[in-house]
Amino acid sequence: MLKIVGYTDRPSVRPGEGLAFKVSCEGGAAEYDAEILRLICGDDSPQGPGFKSDPVAASVNGRYPGRKQRINCGSFGYVERGFVTHDHTGGFTLAVVIQPTWLTKKADQALLACRAVDEPGRPGWSLLLDAAARPVFELSNGHHDYAIHLDLAVPEKRWSLIIVAVAGSSVTISHRLLTPLPKEGAVASMTAPFPFAIPRTRGLPVTIAAELASVEGERLFTTRHYDGKIESPLIRPWIDDPESVGTIDSLFAGCYARWDFSQSIGSQDIVDASGHGRHGRLVNLPTRAVTGHNWKGQTLRWSDRPDLYGAIHFHCDDLHDMQWETDFSWTIPADLKSGVYAARVSCADGGEDFLPFFVLPAKKAPKAPVAFLASTFTFMAYANSHHGYEDALSEVCYGALLELGPAEQFLKERRDFGISLYDRHRDGSGGVYSSWHRPILNTRPKRALWNFNADLHVVDWLTETSQHFDIITDDHIHAEGVELLRDYRCIVTGSHPEYHSTEMLDAFDTYLQNGGRLMYLGGNGFYWRVATHSDLPGVIEVRRGEAGTRCFELPPGERFHSFTGEFGGLWRSNGRAPQTLVGVGFVAEGFDENSHFVRTEQSFDPRAAFIFEGVGRDEKIGDFGVLGGAAGYELDAADPELGTPPHALVLARSVEHSNVFLLTPEEMLAGFPGADAIENPKVRAELVYFETGTDGAVFSTGSITWAASLCHNSYDNNVARITGNVLRRFIDPRPL
Amino acid sequence: MYEIDPTRLDLAEEFRRKPYGRHSAELQRILNRMRTEPFEGHYVLLRDGRFGPYRLGQLGATPADPIAPTGHVFTSVREAEWVVFKLRWKRLTGQDLALD
Repeated sequence: MLKIVGYTDRPSVRPGEGLAFKVSCEGGAAEYDAEILRLICGDDSPQGPGFKSDPVAASVNGRYPGRKQRINCGSFGYVERGFVTHDHTGGFTLAVVIQPTWLTKKADQALLACRAVDEPGRPGWSLLLDAAARPVFELSNGHHDYAIHLDLAVPEKRWSLIIVAVAGSSVTISHRLLTPLPKEGAVASMTAPFPFAIPRTRGLPVTIAAELASVEGERLFTTRHYDGKIESPLIRPWIDDPESVGTIDSLFAGCYARWDFSQSIGSQDIVDASGHGRHGRLVNLPTRAVTGHNWKGQTLRWSDRPDLYGAIHFHCDDLHDMQWETDFSWTIPADLKSGVYAARVSCADGGEDFLPFFVLPAKKAPKAPVAFLASTFTFMAYANSHHGYEDALSEVCYGALLELGPAEQFLKERRDFGISLYDRHRDGSGGVYSSWHRPILNTRPKRALWNFNADLHVVDWLTETSQHFDIITDDHIHAEGVELLRDYRCIVTGSHPEYHSTEMLDAFDTYLQNGGRLMYLGGNGFYWRVATHSDLPGVIEVRRGEAGTRCFELPPGERFHSFTGEFGGLWRSNGRAPQTLVGVGFVAEGFDENSHFVRTEQSFDPRAAFIFEGVGRDEKIGDFGVLGGAAGYELDAADPELGTPPHALVLARSVEHSNVFLLTPEEMLAGFPGADAIENPKVRAELVYFETGTDGAVFSTGSITWAASLCHNSYDNNVARITGNVLRRFIDPRPL
Repeated sequence: MYEIDPTRLDLAEEFRRKPYGRHSAELQRILNRMRTEPFEGHYVLLRDGRFGPYRLGQLGATPADPIAPTGHVFTSVREAEWVVFKLRWKRLTGQDLALD
C-alpha cells in the first residue's frame, strides 16, 4: 500500500511557466512535507551509484494539509442538456446499437441514462444490462423505483439493437440480434405497465455508457460503467412497435436527440445529428475510430468511410485526467537550471513519492552544447503498466520469476490509476490512449531500472563527468520541431526512446541533415508511432498493428490513429525503420542475463579512431554494470535493407546472450527453430557510427543496458570511455 | 507436449548452479514447460520492501483476482527461483526433487 502519491499537471516546463502539483494521502495522513529536488540518479540498488539529488530552495517547499483525493475511472459520454421531451404524456423511445465486450463481470452496465443527481432518489431513467446481461429499463420518480427486464441475455461481442418505448403507462423493451445465427430467434420483446407517472426529466443530463452519480464542480462521478461498443444512441418520439424495427436507421427521422459517433471522430466531441444541438463530450478517453455494426472490411481506414466507424468503445478502466485538486503551484524561477526535477512528498506514516518533471532552458537562454532527451512519450506509453503480471507468458519471456514490488501490488489493487499502452482493458481489448494526468508509479526514482529510472544513469554520468547539459523532452520536440534541436551540437537519448511522432522524426531528420549529432544510448528506439491531439495535452495514442513485439494486436480496421488519421504500428511498417535514422533497429530481446560487446574490424577504421581512444583491441566492452552487462534487455542491429546507410561502421557486436534472447516477430516471416541467441547470429546488438548530411553524425549503442554500465568502477570503464570519446568529439564543432 | 524426465537430476543441478543465462537445450525445454504454466496458479513474487523480502504467491483465475500467498518467504530471488523450480518439478513429474 503506497501512502502518498501525486502528479504534476504536465511533464515539462520552462522558467517562468507555472506547474501544478496534485497529491493524495492514500494512507490518510493529515499532513505531508514537500520539497523540490534536482534528480541526478535514481538507482538506489546495492550495486548502483545510489540515489543522488540536489535540494532546491523552492518557495513551495513546506508542509501541506493531507487529503485523499477522489478518482472517477471509466469512460462515458456526457450531454449536459440531453433529455428534451417537452411533454411526457406522449411518451418517448430510446434506441441504441451495442456490442458488449465484458459480460462476465456480472455487474450492472448502463447504456443510456438520464438521472437527477441533486434530488433524493435520483429521479430519472436508465437503460442498462443487468448482472445477467439482460436489457433492463429502470424508472424512478425519486420515491418509487420501477424496472422492466427482458428475460434474455444479450450475447457478448455481437451486435444487438435495443429499443425501449415508453408510453403513458407502459413500457416495451425489445432486443434484436443484428446478425442472428441459424435457428436463433432474432427478436424478443416485452411490454409491462408501470405504476406511476413518468418522472419529469426535462433538462437533465444524459450519460452514455455509465450512470451519473454525483457532480462536484467540474468533476463528474459515475457508476455502472459499461464495457463495449455503443453506436447511434437516440431519443425520439414514442413508437408502438419497437420489435418490428429492423435497423436503427429507420428511427433517425424526427429524433429529439441522436448522437452520431461517426462525426468528429478525431475529437472528444459527440455530435447530435438531430438538429436540436444536444451535443456532448466524452470523458476519460473511450476508444474512437473503431468499427461499427456495418463494417465488413470495406476499408481499413476510418477516414475513408466514417459512416462505417459510428461506434465508440467504452471501458470501465479508461482514464484521462484524475482532475485532482491542486495542492500547490510553482512558477519555475528564471534562474533554475535545466534538469530533471521532482517534488518529493513524504508523510509521517512512512509514505514517500516523487512527482517528476523536466525543466527545459528558457527559449532565449544560452544553451548547453548537449541536450539530454527525456523520453516523455515512452514514459507515458508504459505508464502504470500491468502487463507483466497479467500475461501468463511474461515469465517465459523474461526468463525469471515475475516480481511485484509495492508499486505493482498497489496498482494491481487500484485499477482506477489507469492502464498503460501495454495492457489490455478488463474486457480484453488493447489500450490505445495514455495520459500524464495521474500518478505514474513506474516513472519514479528508486523503482525498477527501466525507462525513467534507467535514463537517470545517463543524467548521473553527465553530471559526474561535469558535462554541461540541458534537458529536452519528447513532448517539446513534437510541438517545436527542429527549432528545439538546432540549438544543440549534440542530442543524447536515454536507454529506451521507443515512441515518436511523425513530427519528431521529421525534426531529427532535419537536424541530422544540417549538422546535428545524435547519440542514441539505448535499444528498441524509434520503434512505435505515436499520435497526439492539440486539444489533449499530455495524452498520446498508439495503434498497434500487424507487426512488432506487442502485448496485443488491435482488431482489423482499427489500426489508424483517431487523433491524426495516420496509420499506426511500427515506424518500420510506415516506411521509416529506425535504421534509416540511427543506423540500427530492434532485432531481439531477453531479460534474464545481459552480456557484452566485442570490437569488429570496422572499429579500426580511421573514421572511428576517436571513438576507441584508450580502448584495447581485444577488450570486452561492457562486461560489467549495474545490470550485469552493457548489451542487454532489448537489442538493435544494423540492417542495410531497412535503411542503415552504406557508409555506416558497425563498430562492435554483442555476444554470448542466453537462450531467452529471441528474434522479434518482425524479423521472422515464419516461425522456425533456432530463433534464440544460442543458434541465431542475428540475435545481437551492434554499435554503429556514421556521418550524416552537412557534418552531422550518429552514434548508436543498440542496447538498453548500455547506460547502466556507465557508472561502473567510479565511471572509469570502457563503456564510459567510448561514450565520453564520442560526446567530446560530437560537441567539438570541427568537421568530422 | 514435452515431458520432464524425473531422472535427469543433472539438469536440475544445472539450474540450481545457474538459474539465469545460457542453459543447455534440455534444461531450457524444462524451463519453457515450467514457465508457461497456466495463468491461474502461476507463481509470482511479492516484494514488500525495496529489496526484499519476497513472498511467493499464485495468480488467481483472472488478472482481476487477488494473488494468493503460499506462505513461502525468501530473502533473495535466486532462492525463490530454486524453490519454485522444485515445486514445479513435483507438479510436473509427480516426484520430489531430491537434490538437497
